[in-house]
Amino acid sequence: MQVTGTVLTTRQVDAYHALTVVAPGIAERFRPGHFVSVAVGGSGTSMLTRRAFSVHDVKPDYGGTVEFVFAVNGPGTAWLAERRARDTLDLVGPLGRPFPLPRDPVTCVMVGDEYGSAVLFAVADALQRRGCRVDFVLGGATAGRVFGAMRARRMAETTTLTTGDGSLGMRGGVTDVLPGVIADVRADAVYASGPMETLRGVTAVAVEFDIPVQAAVEERMACGIGVCMTCVLPVIGDDGITRMVRSCVEGPVFRGERVRFDDVGTIPFDAFGAPGGGSRNAG
Amino acid sequence: MPVDMRTYLGHVELANPVVTAAGCAGSGPELAQFFDLGRIGAVTTRSITMAPRAGRPTPRMAETPSGLLNAVGLQGSGVDAFLARELPWLAQRNVRTVVSIGGGTVAEYTALARRLNDAPGVTAVEVNLSCPNIEDRGRVFARDGAASAEVIASVRAVMRYDVPVVAKLSPDTADIVSVARACVDGGADALSMINNPLGMSIDTETMLPSLAAGTGGLSGPAVRPLAVRCVWQVRAALPGVPIIGMGGVLTGRDAFELILAGACVVGVGTALFHDPYACTRVLRELEELVAARGYQRLADVIGLAHRPPGATARHRTDFEESSL
Repeated sequence: MQVTGTVLTTRQVDAYHALTVVAPGIAERFRPGHFVSVAVGGSGTSMLTRRAFSVHDVKPDYGGTVEFVFAVNGPGTAWLAERRARDTLDLVGPLGRPFPLPRDPVTCVMVGDEYGSAVLFAVADALQRRGCRVDFVLGGATAGRVFGAMRARRMAETTTLTTGDGSLGMRGGVTDVLPGVIADVRADAVYASGPMETLRGVTAVAVEFDIPVQAAVEERMACGIGVCMTCVLPVIGDDGITRMVRSCVEGPVFRGERVRFDDVGTIPFDAFGAPGGGSRNAG
Repeated sequence: MPVDMRTYLGHVELANPVVTAAGCAGSGPELAQFFDLGRIGAVTTRSITMAPRAGRPTPRMAETPSGLLNAVGLQGSGVDAFLARELPWLAQRNVRTVVSIGGGTVAEYTALARRLNDAPGVTAVEVNLSCPNIEDRGRVFARDGAASAEVIASVRAVMRYDVPVVAKLSPDTADIVSVARACVDGGADALSMINNPLGMSIDTETMLPSLAAGTGGLSGPAVRPLAVRCVWQVRAALPGVPIIGMGGVLTGRDAFELILAGACVVGVGTALFHDPYACTRVLRELEELVAARGYQRLADVIGLAHRPPGATARHRTDFEESSL
């Protein structure tokens, strides 16, 4: 659904910005893993595509608020970073397929890289309510780019932090420490979010340990509702056939081992409808 | 007083002039969660191809000032899946459906038309002529009147008589009027314009093209003046041919502009990416605008900008009343 929400609070969290918006209809329907799409630039804007952000948190205040976290990396996010309390924002959500939750109380490792971590806290809450043990592995290029370390420490059994420059926690990436964490806590499942390259590494580790991994991908989207066909990536279906699926409606959460991370950004030759399969004719 | 928004595509009546543009409405259910598809004139499908197509690699989209470059590459699961699932879904809900078809050869277009012939729920067929012609070194059909007319004539020949065939024209041609005329001579019942002109953007960080495909179709308000010009020229040359005008329509004002230029139906495309409710909003705004100008029928304003300068627009009830 579409909501014109009022910005309640804005805060800067190290290298990132967080906006809390009053959007009761979205908060009510939210499940962990959902995302929202935001129109940027105000009315008469020259920026036509909506920006998609995973929901960090929903709260019941004022009928329901939604918080999302972003980094400024273009004119759209720069505009968003300038929003102040009481400004209005055009949100559409909740969108996408949320994280599936296990039926039994199992041990889950949450792996977040950069601001991708934001989406993991709501799912960690939901897991804990089901009696699951939750451990966190969070990373970023520098200390300021590790998101949510405090909250992770408060809620998780263990929290392992990594930075590329070694300014916080271990030096390296999340995938470097993940095998150790999985072995130590005897994890049954992995929940991951972050850049594609990180998800590729995390999935490889989980496959090594033969445990399921639920990965929330960050693919560039224009519409967020499944009509523009620009956010596709190659995913293997139940029938074993690779299809170019939309990360906005079939995702953003995928079983990691089903995503062909090595082939993201290409059309694999064996994908459904790939050129050479007798369909290279049309435009 | 409510405005009579009915309009005609050939002999087919549409409840109102707002349709979705091809490739911008998914397969129907995506937008149906936001508004009732039966409330707009028609839904235009993405271009259906014979075989399934995986499309182009990503990145497929780049935002440009007031525009959007896209190179999706007609991703879709082919005509069989379309006829088995997508079209029945629309037909069951009585959604008027313009089926867009795309092919690489005249034979492929003809085969597609044959497949659609006995399918229930096809309101009209829109022939996407901006596909590379593999029999002509991959140059698109739409750039050449003869190639376009050949496709249109063969589709018209096999398509049921009561289903209008619409030729979708590209502005990337030396003379859109001659292509339009060739299509009408070939049997097109209506014309649709404009398809995306080709554009390109280069990422100055990576120093490479922003799109994996290099070039892409430019859409959005950036191309609206181009669309208005094309509709204007074709309407002036072929005043009797219904035109579906599209290109950067974001608001009712934009739709009204295309209608004044001569379009009787208006396609909403890129706006749907920004606002899922764009179609119903454009329709409401358009109706208000037409009413505010003193007209009770949409038909009275179609092509009105072509009247000689200084001529009083006819059918304006407010003028008539004031001249008592």
